[in-house]
Amino acid sequence: MSRSLVRVVKSFLIHLLLIGGAFLMCFPFFWMLLTSFKSPAEVLEVDTWMPQPKYYLQTEAMEEVQVRILRHVMQNTVEVELLRKREPLRQVLLSDLATKTWLFSNYPKAWNKVQPSFGRYFFNSFLIALLTTLGQVLTSILAAYAFVYFEFPYKNALFTLFLATMMVPQEILLIPNYLVLANLGWIDTYAAMIVPWLAGVFGIFMLRQFFQQLPREFYDAAVIDGCSRLGFLFRILVPLSLPPIVTITIFTFLGSWNSLLWPLIVTNSEHMRTIQVGLSYFAQSEGTEWELLMAASSFCILPLVIAYFAAQRFFVEGDTASGLKG
Amino acid sequence: MSHNKKDYSAWWYLLPATLVLLIFHILPVIYSFLLSVHRGTLKHPIQHFIGAQNYLDLLEDSGFWEAMINTVFFALGSVPLGMFFALLVALLLNQKIKGLGIYRTVYYLPVITSIAAVALVWNWLFDVKFGLFNQLLKSFGMSPSQWLLEPRGIFESMAQAMGFGLPDLLHGPSVALCSIIVMSIWKGLGYNVVIFLAGLQNIPPSLYEAADLDGASVWQKFKHITWPLLSPTTFFIFIMSTIHSFQVFVQIFMMTPFGGPERSTVVAVFYLYEKAFKTFEFGYASALAYVVFLIIFILTLLQRRYVGERVHYGG
Repeated sequence: MSRSLVRVVKSFLIHLLLIGGAFLMCFPFFWMLLTSFKSPAEVLEVDTWMPQPKYYLQTEAMEEVQVRILRHVMQNTVEVELLRKREPLRQVLLSDLATKTWLFSNYPKAWNKVQPSFGRYFFNSFLIALLTTLGQVLTSILAAYAFVYFEFPYKNALFTLFLATMMVPQEILLIPNYLVLANLGWIDTYAAMIVPWLAGVFGIFMLRQFFQQLPREFYDAAVIDGCSRLGFLFRILVPLSLPPIVTITIFTFLGSWNSLLWPLIVTNSEHMRTIQVGLSYFAQSEGTEWELLMAASSFCILPLVIAYFAAQRFFVEGDTASGLKG
Repeated sequence: MSHNKKDYSAWWYLLPATLVLLIFHILPVIYSFLLSVHRGTLKHPIQHFIGAQNYLDLLEDSGFWEAMINTVFFALGSVPLGMFFALLVALLLNQKIKGLGIYRTVYYLPVITSIAAVALVWNWLFDVKFGLFNQLLKSFGMSPSQWLLEPRGIFESMAQAMGFGLPDLLHGPSVALCSIIVMSIWKGLGYNVVIFLAGLQNIPPSLYEAADLDGASVWQKFKHITWPLLSPTTFFIFIMSTIHSFQVFVQIFMMTPFGGPERSTVVAVFYLYEKAFKTFEFGYASALAYVVFLIIFILTLLQRRYVGERVHYGG
């Protein structure tokens, strides 16, 4: 066999394996989307993968009911059976039946099935993630600046203490933080979900590393030109440090948006629920309405997936650089 | 440096981060310990000093041991398998192939999606009556499984299918827990792939070129170059995955909200959640949290000691 043939066969096999793996990775998402467009009856039919054409009849009560066509009576008349209703068979004109294959209606149905609605949950999640991210980026910038550009007593001790919090898992914080927030009367407020996460060592550490790599001459030149310390930070240092700032932003936003345990603990009322908490309650109350659950899962995942495909370079690199999981 | 040595203005820059970290991330470690050695009411949890009583009670608590065993099962099931598949994919991706970026994006997709949402999707796949997995089993002429509702051990049910029994000790994790392990491997795979890939790309190509000149086989190259030079990355992933598996909660909570059949999916953090926020035994739950904390702390120290910061905090 010639060398080039070996190379072609080898690369073919590699792609075959990788595509097989990629299919397995994506499959749960396909299945989620396919299910989210099916009718309740269709979900329970075991042999159909793709959503099939479904026939709907407008009843006298102006309800839309799914029907199954049993047989053709005449050229344009069919006998139908109403699904999920104990009603006699009917003969209807074929033209009275509406045909639908992809049921988009599952999405609004799922959206409004919870109290107040998923819109509120989205708003909560977005607000919390946004403020947490803004806060954490800001506190990280300020702290990293102090660690790199200032000399002050106990600098190293403080930095070591900060680093030590990296070794503290969230589990040990749950009870004490819950009690502290309960004493402050903050349970079931946005503050409870934002304030404890307004600073993070990951961001401070990453920015400190980055600041250290920048030439000191920038600072000296700026000070000579009469730039204040705060001015140097926000006019020169921050614009130069956008790559790590973007990484911290994505990482913090993702972590906040996807977190479940903490918001689950500190919220009681329906209108304070985040997307993830709302989804977990929705799953427990609508355990078998898979088409609605999959629609809800889809619209919960969708915003992040879109952002991910738009900026995937930052997502992957950020997580690798951090060595932490989102 | 143009500024003087004693400069207290730095504290203004540090104040916001320090306050938040101190109140919500450093002092709680101490508070948690105090909670674990005191008895009290919900309103005043620290009243009577009881010493190590909560820790002694933990040792007597069969629920605690059950949870620890399930956690170890989870780690044993998810870490080696997850690493194996991740290394396999990373090695394939490292063959200078076309479309690396696309593959990486696809394999990484589950990592960024919310675990609560994808856990629901897997619940649907595992559904006993209408789920896809049982449909597939049936279409291959095999008997369906109870998946998340199956309390029998994985080895026990395999043995039973083949017609013999096993002693209790060899039953293994429940099929329900194994189902969650499968989902967790899928969810975390892309993360490990990306880190393995970064490690592989750090190996100097000249080593492989030299090996090629010596006529080394693929396996020899892997054994003598890739594996030893990748070991810091492998060790890092091993420790990080083990830490994460000791912290597993969300998929357990979403897929088996009540701890699974015969409590066979109750892991450490799930038990902690129940003790703290279902029955509000804060002292007892704090002792439990400390045990989990110590395990994770030791693993983290190992990671720092042997890998340090040189592998992954490059920025």
